[in-house]
Amino acid sequence: MTDHKEKSLSWTVADGVIELKLHRPPANEIGLAMLDDLELFVAALPELESKASALILYSDQKAGFSAGADLRELYTLAQGMEIISAVRGVREFLERIHAVLNRLDTSPLTTIAAVHGVCFGGGFELALTCDLIIADKMARFCFPELRLGLIPGFGGIPRLKRDIGNGVVRDLLLTGRSINATKALAVGLASQMAAEGESLRVARFTAAQVTKFDRGTATAAKRFIKPLPASELRNEIDIFCELFARPAVMQGLRNFVENTGAHPYLP
Amino acid sequence: MKTIEQTTEEILNLAATHFKVPRAGLQTNDDFYKKLGIDSLQALELLTRLENHFGVELPDYEVQGVSDFQTLATRIQARL
Repeated sequence: MTDHKEKSLSWTVADGVIELKLHRPPANEIGLAMLDDLELFVAALPELESKASALILYSDQKAGFSAGADLRELYTLAQGMEIISAVRGVREFLERIHAVLNRLDTSPLTTIAAVHGVCFGGGFELALTCDLIIADKMARFCFPELRLGLIPGFGGIPRLKRDIGNGVVRDLLLTGRSINATKALAVGLASQMAAEGESLRVARFTAAQVTKFDRGTATAAKRFIKPLPASELRNEIDIFCELFARPAVMQGLRNFVENTGAHPYLP
Repeated sequence: MKTIEQTTEEILNLAATHFKVPRAGLQTNDDFYKKLGIDSLQALELLTRLENHFGVELPDYEVQGVSDFQTLATRIQARL
């Protein structure tokens, strides 16, 4: 078995399956630290892919798979900056995270996200890079960006459009509501639902199944049925940056960061 | 079809079981955040358990501003 540990994540390779565990407390928020570690993982991928057929992404944080972008870090970095500098910084971050997520999306391996708890915003977008989502019965999926005056910026809209019906995409984007695993399964977002606490176990069974097949054939099939929506992904970055320049966004971030009430995760 | 009283009772039982508080200590007009000692992440967990238990879908914006069991029950009842 090969294994490797960074501050926010670690990975192992055994029996043809790579397991990437996210472990940044409290909820795998995706900021600079997580991005740095994801880039390290992606840099190691070519060698890892030569030894494997499947990749499982999962979290060991009780809160869930990932609560999304590190909004506190974003607010701390952006406040006090000239807006033009803040937008430039945001664009740089987005281009880096897009490079990581695009690489995961186009991996020749069959990729599986084992999702429990919150799978929100950027965390949802990370899960959407995977070929299959195994949803724990208690998982919830959400794009809460609307609450901040933004749209998903890590590639979520083009990927969600690729996977499910436009009506459901509009519901998630325009209401900002979260949906449970039962709904996710019903609309085809999740390929399987697992009992509470069992999503990783189910993902491992699925990965073991995948390792039985010829890698070249699976890779060719995946390339055919899962094109990368490259042009839309670039457009999403542009739209996000235009929206980020508006004063309402910093106000929304301030409200989220300074919220001392019990309800920051509710709409 | 369940009555609102049955729905409320099931919510109180479920909440007591999963958040490990004595059922006898829960009343319908209690603030469930305070009584269960939960934050918004755990409120989402409660919502998910209720959706699974009752077999309904309850958009989380419908429980915005809701903090008592009775009102939560009326939201769920409207989906049964």
